[in-house]
Amino acid sequence: MPMDIQQHAREIGLGLDLFSCIQCGKCTGGCPVSLTTALNVRSLVYGALIGEIDGPVHREELWDCTCCFTCVARCPKDVRPAEVIIALRSLLVEEGKVPGTIGNALMGIFRQGNPLGYAREDRTAWMDGLGVKPAQEGCETLLFTCCSSAYDVRAQAATKALVRVLQAAGVDFGHLGTEETCCGNEVRRVGEMGLFEMLVEEGKPLLEGIGAARMVATSPHCMNTFRHEYKLGMDVLHYTQLLARLLDEGKLNLTGRVEKVVTYHDPCFLGKQNGIFDEPREVLKAVPGMKFVEMDRIRERSLCCEGGGGRMWFEGTNTEGRLAFQRVQEAADTGAEILAVACPFCMAMLDDAVKVKGLSERLKVMDIAELVAMAL
Amino acid sequence: MTQKPAALVIGAGIAGIQAALDIADAGFPVYLVEREPSVGGRMAQLDKTFPTLDCSSCILTPKMVSVGQHPNIELLTYSEVVAVEGEAGGFRVTIKKKPRYVEEEICRGCGLCAEACRMHGRVVDVFNQGLGKRAAIYVPFPQAVPLVYTVDPTACLYLTRGVCGKTFKCQDACPTGAINFEQKERFTEVDVAAVIVATGFDLIDPRTKPEFGYGVYPNVITGLEFERLSSASGPTSGKIVLNGKEPRDAVFIHCVGSRDPHTGAPYCSRICCMYTAKHAHLVRDKLPNARITVFYIDMRAFGKGYEEFYDRVKEERVIYRRGEPSEVYRRGDRLVVRAEDSLLGRTVEVEADLVVLATAVVPRADTPAVAKLLGLSLSPDGFFLEAHPKYRPVETARPGVFLAGCCQGPKDIPDTVAQAKAAAASALVVLHQAIAK
Repeated sequence: MPMDIQQHAREIGLGLDLFSCIQCGKCTGGCPVSLTTALNVRSLVYGALIGEIDGPVHREELWDCTCCFTCVARCPKDVRPAEVIIALRSLLVEEGKVPGTIGNALMGIFRQGNPLGYAREDRTAWMDGLGVKPAQEGCETLLFTCCSSAYDVRAQAATKALVRVLQAAGVDFGHLGTEETCCGNEVRRVGEMGLFEMLVEEGKPLLEGIGAARMVATSPHCMNTFRHEYKLGMDVLHYTQLLARLLDEGKLNLTGRVEKVVTYHDPCFLGKQNGIFDEPREVLKAVPGMKFVEMDRIRERSLCCEGGGGRMWFEGTNTEGRLAFQRVQEAADTGAEILAVACPFCMAMLDDAVKVKGLSERLKVMDIAELVAMAL
Repeated sequence: MTQKPAALVIGAGIAGIQAALDIADAGFPVYLVEREPSVGGRMAQLDKTFPTLDCSSCILTPKMVSVGQHPNIELLTYSEVVAVEGEAGGFRVTIKKKPRYVEEEICRGCGLCAEACRMHGRVVDVFNQGLGKRAAIYVPFPQAVPLVYTVDPTACLYLTRGVCGKTFKCQDACPTGAINFEQKERFTEVDVAAVIVATGFDLIDPRTKPEFGYGVYPNVITGLEFERLSSASGPTSGKIVLNGKEPRDAVFIHCVGSRDPHTGAPYCSRICCMYTAKHAHLVRDKLPNARITVFYIDMRAFGKGYEEFYDRVKEERVIYRRGEPSEVYRRGDRLVVRAEDSLLGRTVEVEADLVVLATAVVPRADTPAVAKLLGLSLSPDGFFLEAHPKYRPVETARPGVFLAGCCQGPKDIPDTVAQAKAAAASALVVLHQAIAK
């Protein structure tokens, strides 16, 4: 059954104008998975435009897209190619043709407010004894922890470090506690529009009801959707932005030394999608004793870790050619001892890759917050 | 000068030169104002010209010499128009002559000053697109008209710091005593009946497309840099050599910044398809064994002899691949150009040791200021707006003021010269009417 993706895109509010596409191929040419999988977003845009994509058939490579939005950033004609993939995914979601692991994640969010399916009551287990104030009592800064930051053991360490840093800088911050629910950034990107709308409808009044001046998010993914899709009535910052500001204002004093060679991996949702390239580097360079080195592919040319767009819950069609493998090798080649990250998904993907590639002796993946906490 | 009404031509690239020559040949006086130290403009920077492969300097230099010697042309180089008052048939124009710190009438262009300059070989050579170094006292290129040296006020030690040793080495070296640091800017007023604007174009800064790594990798250069690299009068004497090495794999990328509303250049820049074909030919000519790849979106070879030239270049073993590259990165000591070959429907990585970016033609940065000065309008693309896109293509909304060349929009040399001649003809109508009055 041929479908009108333009019509569908309008219905789900993407406002895509595929007619402006000039088929230059810049989208596919920059797509991080286009060399390792069958995904060809330029071809999908064309197929959608001329109505030659047969119904929402199950095309496994549609789930390979990491929603890094390199294609969107580089498209000269504002076609927003990745949104075509999201629209196609949403048609698959409507027909229930979703990879099982993604389905489980969506179910976890629906039932427990997190994709891991852990109990909602356990969302705050990480903060035991840290003295984090309930946001409901009023606070200037609302700390929003990504589900990964709250439940994933490795990411929890970064979250705890961030709390110590914020406390040391005297920031008046609070946390929603077990009321905190998945932001839905990935939910929208796997095409579950109904669930995403529900999360926004329930989340927006809850978040805005706190009356905080700003939100600081642990994950660039949460930050992204709060900024652009929730359109919250408060400043939404990534934690590296807040740390850079605190350093700038002299509120955060780093006296300890971290005598390490460190490189930094730009998260796509922080860098390519939100233009935040400098603040994470400023924070790292403020850590005494640290030697900062850059990889070749950085900033706008950074290589995706493959953790976005639902890929945290779906292996992808090519498990051997993982970009994270390539990325950790690039990091190790700089001579860095530490690969700094600023996103819990990047942390998970790259930390795993370091182990798989046998680089654990040489390279450690650490969150920027952890490195800052080491220098307190 | 005669008592006939005069014309003002602003900008002495090929458009301004041609317009000035036509008006002067018709017997009317012309003030030709150029803000750089020499006439010549962009065309003087080019190596060969498509599709005939004429040497650009060889066909331009005689015209430059002509404007320098023409009895009806008063050449005002290193000068800028600062005010235009009045109306068609009776404009009063104020021209600022910037200090060269060299007396034009005395300098013989011998160059001993530049050899003696303490900054010799240390100043970025703008004419060579930064690929070479020169002194703080310079002529932009050997065929400069007038062949007179100029002190670069941004680089001269004396002018920037107030001291340059005990004596000025340039003054000591000058056999005619032409160097004069007491020179000040001067203003002159002239009366003209018509004005031709021929202020040319800029090229977009490729750093606005960071994915191509320009400014990160020395082997990623712009098309205009390639012209200087390939030119026999350029810093490598025409050898295609980067960092001391001849490239084995050259990749050319079309449409860098063009056809892209985000960069402010939503239009086709019109010259890049053809000059890239010419560049590919030049690489083949100089490096017979190089692998040459051109990435394109749509090939536009619309002019006389252009499709035939494109055919010729392809037959010279130049590979054209359809797809706009999305990224350039390093692998070992080589570069990788990553693109989708859309005819294959597959992403490819092409190794390269020379990447040439065909950057968008954009309006001069000071176009809005010039428009204000002259009372002109700009079209949405930022170039000067013509009075009517079809019937009055060289006129502006201000009677007596005409447009020539790329200040009105991107053009190749044949179209620029044609438009310059049209602007001259239109100006001549006004000049004749002014006699009748």
